[in-house]
Amino acid sequence: MRTTLTTEQPVRTTDITPTPAVTAADADPGLQSAARRARRRRTALVWLGRIVVPVVIIGGWQWFTAAGVVDKFFFGQPSGVWHSLVQLFTKGTAFGSIWLNLEITIREAVYGFLLGTGAGIVFGLALGQNRFLADVLGPYIKVANSIPRIILGSIFVVAFGLGTFPKVLLAAVLVFFIVFFNAFQGVREVDQNLVANVRVLGASPFQVARHVTVPSALTWIIASLHTAFGFAIIGALVAEVLGAQHGIGLVIVQAQGQFDMDTVFACMLIMAVVTLVAEYLLTLLERRVLGWRPPSRSEVAAI
Amino acid sequence: MAQPAPGAARIEIIGLTKRFLTPKGRPFTAIQDVSFTVEPGQFCAIVGPTGCGKSTTLGQVSGLDRPSAGRVLVGGQEVRGITKGVSFMFQADALFPWKTVLGNVMIGPVLAGRAKKQAARLARDWLRRVGLAGFEDRYPHQLSGGMRKRVAMAAALINEPKILLMDEPFGALDVQTKAIMQTELLGLWEQTRPSVLFITHDLDEAVALADRVLIMTSGPGSIKQSFEIDLPRPRGEVQAIRHEPRFLELQHQIWSSLKDEVERAYAQTAGVAA
Repeated sequence: MRTTLTTEQPVRTTDITPTPAVTAADADPGLQSAARRARRRRTALVWLGRIVVPVVIIGGWQWFTAAGVVDKFFFGQPSGVWHSLVQLFTKGTAFGSIWLNLEITIREAVYGFLLGTGAGIVFGLALGQNRFLADVLGPYIKVANSIPRIILGSIFVVAFGLGTFPKVLLAAVLVFFIVFFNAFQGVREVDQNLVANVRVLGASPFQVARHVTVPSALTWIIASLHTAFGFAIIGALVAEVLGAQHGIGLVIVQAQGQFDMDTVFACMLIMAVVTLVAEYLLTLLERRVLGWRPPSRSEVAAI
Repeated sequence: MAQPAPGAARIEIIGLTKRFLTPKGRPFTAIQDVSFTVEPGQFCAIVGPTGCGKSTTLGQVSGLDRPSAGRVLVGGQEVRGITKGVSFMFQADALFPWKTVLGNVMIGPVLAGRAKKQAARLARDWLRRVGLAGFEDRYPHQLSGGMRKRVAMAAALINEPKILLMDEPFGALDVQTKAIMQTELLGLWEQTRPSVLFITHDLDEAVALADRVLIMTSGPGSIKQSFEIDLPRPRGEVQAIRHEPRFLELQHQIWSSLKDEVERAYAQTAGVAA
């Protein structure tokens, strides 16, 4: 990293380069190896801490339930959760294999996520750019946002039956408001100098949107997608709990009915893995689309 | 002597008045009855106390804003909508943070309808002229303040505008970088010679760069006095001009006119705060 920086000196010496150059003092081998040792020690400590946390929590849980301090009937037990996981993947559930149910839940969540994100972006950009529309619809959007939308799930299930559609709809509604508010705010935060600049250069309203507004709002929109996907999963699961023929939510309801807390925890774990994978994919997207951003402070670790 | 560019336009401002509605709904007159003319290829600086409506005047010339009364003519044509052949430079560098240096400079020709390839070639040429060859693929945040200003300058000049509007473009720079950028601006301006309206609160900057310095009064803004700057062109190093006797003489003259306005504006704002 450092060697590439030194080869790209600015053309004029009068400028102050923002990128640090390696000075003779920094190149001292003693100093460099000391810095490397400090860095390695820190990494080791961080990993040690990361291992200790789950050992204490899961080990403590197992120990307390085994010793009878906490009743495993109500709170499950790590070994029981593991057993349930194995059961789920080898024997399947009462509603078909775990893979089938997982696929249905993920499909509902993803469709809801796409639908809600699309609608959120379209409405956010439209209202962000149109002051009149924003003033007219603003109060109603606030009202809609203050409704406990999860309850809409009951209506959707009654209205649209036990199929996929009501789940997609509930997930989409939850996602919509998050993406919408971020897209709206993103448009509002656009640098007005930049807008004036391209307008003077003769940009049409469409070109202003294409070159300034949308790219600028994209930072906000993409940041909101992480939270939004979590809500899509919640929407799909809750709608399944309210009424379904397949899906992880249904497996959870059935387990709850049989006081099988281990299976409830096992399902929770499965969905957490799904969300983590989605999070990873979204981070990849973020890096691709927002590659221009300066590295955040945490990435430039102090020695 | 350098001649004005064939495309350079005359800017005529006649009896310009601009009123705004304050957030409380009261009318507020920002500038009143402002009249002056910038000859084609002339470098005209406007100096005045903070909040005297300098930027408002620029907005009317660009066509981003409409006058409440009076007329603005560019090249003999009344300004309606966005004025053609204008470039803007702001104090904050209005660069696209998500575009590379090349992409930032290219935007002018691209919006003017040129093919991407042609625009890129032109942009590379202008980056060379401002001394940023080899930085095409960097993003603005990877550049120093002075380098970002050079990108903004290349982006403003690439379309060879008839008029260059500059709103305190070097206001946020440190003293040394500012002097370097001023010298470079003069060098670039002398190549294409557009008419320039340059807003600043830095009197030294105005005298060193401009052919003419207008003093604006505050609240509501209007033109108080106009000074011709007869320092020879090309002016060369801005830092060297500052020590010439003629510069000091002019600077002294204009300051005595400006001082009253600055003090009056200060007294007004202090009065509001008290």
